[in-house]
Amino acid sequence: MSDPGPSPSPEQSAEAGTLAARLALKQRAGGIVVPVVTVLFAFLMSGIIIAATQHSVRTALVVFKEIFQGAGLNWVFHPTTSLLDISAYNLSQTLLQTTPLILTGLAVAFAFRCGMFNIGGNGQYLVGLIVANWLGVDLAGLNPFLHILLCISAGTLAASAYAGIAGILKATVGAHEVISTIMLNWIAYWTASWLIGAGGPLQVSNNPTNPVSNQVSSGARLPDFWGVQGFQGLHVGLFVALAAVVVFWALLNRTTLGYEVRAVGFNPDAAAYGGISVKKNYFRAMAISGAFAGLAGTLDMLGGAQNYQIGQLDIPFIQVGFIGIAVALLGRNTAIGTLLGAVLFGALSYGSFHGLGSSAVIDPTLANNLTYIIQGLIVLFIGADVLILYVWNSRKKLRRPPGKTARRAEAAAS
Amino acid sequence: MADDLVLEMRDIRKEFPGVVANDKVSFDVRRGEVHALLGENGAGKSTLMNILYGLYRPDGGEIRLNGKPVTFSSAREAIQAGIGMVHQHFMLIPVMTVAENIVLGTEPRKGILLDERVADRRVADMAKTFRFEVDPEALVQDISVGQQQRVEIMKVLYRNADILILDEPTAVLTPQEASDLFEILRTLRREGLSIIFISHKLNEVLEIADRITVLRRGKTIETVPHAGATEASLARAMVGRDVLLRVDKGAPEIGDVLLEVEDLHVLDDRGIEKVRGVSFEVRAGEIVGIAGVDGNGQTELIDALTGLQKIESGSVNIAGHRLSHTSAREALDAGIGHIPEDRQRRGLVLEFTIAENIALHDYAKPPDARWGWLFPARMVGRARRLIEDFDVRGGGPSTRAGALSGGNQQKLVAAREVDRDPKVLIAAQPTRGLDVGAIEYLHRRLVSERDEGRAILLVSLELEEILSLSDRIFVLFEGTFVGEHTGDVSEEQIGLEMLGGKKEAAA
Repeated sequence: MSDPGPSPSPEQSAEAGTLAARLALKQRAGGIVVPVVTVLFAFLMSGIIIAATQHSVRTALVVFKEIFQGAGLNWVFHPTTSLLDISAYNLSQTLLQTTPLILTGLAVAFAFRCGMFNIGGNGQYLVGLIVANWLGVDLAGLNPFLHILLCISAGTLAASAYAGIAGILKATVGAHEVISTIMLNWIAYWTASWLIGAGGPLQVSNNPTNPVSNQVSSGARLPDFWGVQGFQGLHVGLFVALAAVVVFWALLNRTTLGYEVRAVGFNPDAAAYGGISVKKNYFRAMAISGAFAGLAGTLDMLGGAQNYQIGQLDIPFIQVGFIGIAVALLGRNTAIGTLLGAVLFGALSYGSFHGLGSSAVIDPTLANNLTYIIQGLIVLFIGADVLILYVWNSRKKLRRPPGKTARRAEAAAS
Repeated sequence: MADDLVLEMRDIRKEFPGVVANDKVSFDVRRGEVHALLGENGAGKSTLMNILYGLYRPDGGEIRLNGKPVTFSSAREAIQAGIGMVHQHFMLIPVMTVAENIVLGTEPRKGILLDERVADRRVADMAKTFRFEVDPEALVQDISVGQQQRVEIMKVLYRNADILILDEPTAVLTPQEASDLFEILRTLRREGLSIIFISHKLNEVLEIADRITVLRRGKTIETVPHAGATEASLARAMVGRDVLLRVDKGAPEIGDVLLEVEDLHVLDDRGIEKVRGVSFEVRAGEIVGIAGVDGNGQTELIDALTGLQKIESGSVNIAGHRLSHTSAREALDAGIGHIPEDRQRRGLVLEFTIAENIALHDYAKPPDARWGWLFPARMVGRARRLIEDFDVRGGGPSTRAGALSGGNQQKLVAAREVDRDPKVLIAAQPTRGLDVGAIEYLHRRLVSERDEGRAILLVSLELEEILSLSDRIFVLFEGTFVGEHTGDVSEEQIGLEMLGGKKEAAA
């Protein structure tokens, strides 16, 4: 644009209307600065926690170095494709963790863009996981390409329909999606447990007392593109997730469907006035959101896991749906932001688990919990980003008038 | 003379990126006067007041309070110095009583509890002194908008303000409430308070102000005493050229019936019948005005005509198509254009760009889209043309609609609705909150759209607007038409009918 595109002048912001509208405006301003500050704050706080509990500032710094190396991020200093190199191997594992987080993040972000909060990522992920396991086992012998395609599409569609229930409930009787998706999470969890319980339809055939599912047939496994014999490798699901990022962006910004979803998300009254069916979009956005989460489940099943069992199915254990919320919030519900958020959380969870678990820097129990502490702090600060913005803005107000960042955020938001 | 001045702002300068909001603005206020600050949207009125109120720091200039130079770095400091501001949007807590709202933040306490008796008494005393008719024990959610505004004013007085800033106080009031407000302002003036009255309504300024300062594009144009100022002279100072305050329009060339409404009944969201048997028609080439006090069924009537609300009984025909009231889409496709009464809540998606807002009705049709795929470049092209045609200022196709001033937002809505070439154009409060220049533009546009052969239905709370634009006028009172007029009718006659012929019990 050659237009100067003036940032909102004070005269105009006085017209911004409701408090919520002004808040929304504020939240968008600040662009990339606020997420970055949020993360730095969270690291700083967790550093203080470590330093306080270990009585050593040095330990805190070592811990962060271990997490960094544990996630394989030091790979960038000496890149190699050989997985015999420890940093390369760690990186491949970090990316493996990142893959489902990208998708569950996109799921949450898509619903957010339509003004809805999808907490049901876990349940939808499970539905995708179960369906992929069922077809991956039952249709053994099919052409591998067809088999994989079938498992992925069926799992994704099933999860989409599953999330769609929450959408329909919201559109027809006004049931709040937060409540209904949480309930759907538990339905999915107990259904999955029953399916592999003693005598359950998906339970492993050769040992009737073991509550675990069959392994998907070798033909339905996603090929590794970066891995070595005997170790879990990085499968091609990563590329599917990256493609989903592009699809997410194009769907929102380049289709009439995305236009409707965004219009409803920003202002349902104006959308209805424009001739858009708000209810239809609640359903549709929820179904699409569920599809992203379900896709994550299918990739995890066909890629890394290949079977599932009760222990690993514990809702407290499967966190991808919930971490997806943090990922989306940190990424401000944009395609690229969600991708970056997923990489951060993937690195954090693998890096702190692996990097700290195997070293003797600090007490292993604290090491394990540290991941959750940092994650929790990030979520906390995301929730407080209005506060961070306030601090940021008042600092800015003293030095110079607002401008560049607001404009950049504006460009990014459009 | 100088000891008379309670406030002097000299050579105030404030710059925002790309905009000089205040360029050496000077402004002063005497004890016991109402000083109006007049200017179009974006002229720099709010910036100047926000500087005075401590919300912005000026880049240059000097503020003197009772002769002493001051700098405020927060609203708190301004309040302590005796400056109080009543914002356009009220900041009251609906579930608390009037007294509680007023004392909030400076509560009289009994231990750690609010001493309600003391609070009520102090507020009642104040209400008596200044002749506010407000019950201190009433909940804010139960009192009228006019009374809520009085509560806001009392809040400021309770904090011992002696300079009162009112930001477009009449924008939310009915004519009766506005004249009550002026009565209160006169009382306050007699008590020695100084009042800064921000407005862009000429008649009000002339009614209440002792002196008038006109701002235009961030500069002080003039400060004139009330005597000798006229609407025309003020409008010229505000806009920078002669303004036609009276709409020029020829005789209508009436064509076919394009909008036909028969015995329409509409319920509101709570199931209360708000439109109770309304029948009328609007023909091509005429403007039909609907006058009435706010809340007499206008909103429900418009929503029913545009398919946004289901009807209870009756029928709506648009150019021969009978609405089934299944969706707004149906009405849009039948040929309705709708400038909604609340452009920010309904007319625009403020977070969308101008180009996206232009496409709000037709985003799914070629050329904007094909097979569900959007072509943003085409939207931008159309937006660029309409920005030019309708003189929308303040940004290009990729500017967020929320960044535009109110007048330009309204032009944007009007541009979109007219460009769809509707058979029937419904304009609800098309000039609410706009300044003289934008009002003049929109009025001329409505007349020229009429002359293009559209049927235009104008719904407005501004009686003057209805009278100057309409070829025929209906008066809506409690959901039914109580009067129909063609040609000349006096303002008094319609005003009387708007109140149902009888005086409404004062709220």
